[in-house]
Amino acid sequence: MLDGKPPAERIPILKLGEFLLVTIQVEMHDRLVMTLQDELTHQIVRHRARGVLIDISALEIVDSFIGRALGNIANMSRILDAETVVVGMRPAVAITLVELGLNLDGVRTALNAEKGMALIRRSLGPAGGLDAGGS
Amino acid sequence: MADHRSKLATIVRQHEPQILSEWIDLLAKAGGRGAVERAEVEAHARSFVRLLADAMQADDSGGIDGPEWTKVRDMLTTLSSSRARQGSSPTETATFILSFKQPLFTHLQDEYRADAEGLARELWTATLLLDKLGLLTTEIFLKSRDAVIMRQQREMLELSTPVVALWEGILAVPLIGTLDSERTQVVMESLLQRIVDTGASIAIIDITGVPTVDTLVAQHLLKTVGAARLMGAECIISGIRPQIAQTIVHLGVDLGNVATKATLADALVLALGRVGAAVTRTVPRA
Repeated sequence: MLDGKPPAERIPILKLGEFLLVTIQVEMHDRLVMTLQDELTHQIVRHRARGVLIDISALEIVDSFIGRALGNIANMSRILDAETVVVGMRPAVAITLVELGLNLDGVRTALNAEKGMALIRRSLGPAGGLDAGGS
Repeated sequence: MADHRSKLATIVRQHEPQILSEWIDLLAKAGGRGAVERAEVEAHARSFVRLLADAMQADDSGGIDGPEWTKVRDMLTTLSSSRARQGSSPTETATFILSFKQPLFTHLQDEYRADAEGLARELWTATLLLDKLGLLTTEIFLKSRDAVIMRQQREMLELSTPVVALWEGILAVPLIGTLDSERTQVVMESLLQRIVDTGASIAIIDITGVPTVDTLVAQHLLKTVGAARLMGAECIISGIRPQIAQTIVHLGVDLGNVATKATLADALVLALGRVGAAVTRTVPRA
């Protein structure tokens, strides 16, 4: 796993105006989630992103480590002053996280990417929304 | 040994009409209630005596587990489970079999008037057999009762967890009955699935029908709220009765920052506000 296929082992981070879009389309494992944490925090700083949307709709299996890491990533982006929303969590994943005692308090959530984006725009206020539209 | 046992079957065969009529009279006297029809009792008694004689003839080992006894066991199974459904008590069902002893023993006494040892042996054999059969009915009775209870439990679980759409984007879960971990699981799954299906952003959990809220129930409620939140839906807990409010505070249960309302109506108004809708009167209040 260490040297197997390093190029494939990344989760794309897309820049959309002053938002960053992270879509997790593969099953997460520990190393991948740590890479994501590292890259996302760097990208937020580099692009001065004001909003981060993490789409986990394709994620079917979580364990306590990945659940905690997701919460950590969301909290880190918030500390870097980017409104962070986790969207598209599956019911089974939500139940698993709650049963694991990981309520991800302080992480904002939305049902899908559209609602998540609306939530970010709303919480950034009119200025953020205008900027996003302009760029 | 084999000699006197085969005689038991012969005696029952020989005196079948008298034994049967005495037994039916006895049953009629004992069973004053109308749960089981007299005609039905008679039919059961008749077929039992016939099957018993056949079985005793075929297998005189003293046990009732052999293949020769299958018909008797099947008959008692049907009888016992049908009585369980009709609401008879296990005593009544077992008495049906055990009361057969009296007419049988009377005839055994007549037959063995001169042979005390033979009588004692026969009585012992007959007692053993009938006791086993009586116990069998009780066992089957309990089993069928258990089956009824299990079925009802399953039905209650399904019945009591509907998720209803109150408004566009607003769901309600009226909880009825105690909230244990199994129910919580069902409620959570159906609620989350409906959130996905309808794209609802608010779920109202109404606990008017929950008799008591202890720390465990509160924990289950918070789990449901937490799971819905992870899916991007906000929860409102409504239907908190005064006693429940007192219990929650006395127990030191922390409902966190979950919005709570006394009635479902208040919760709906709050929810409508959150989704940006409002209900207005078209006719002024009288």
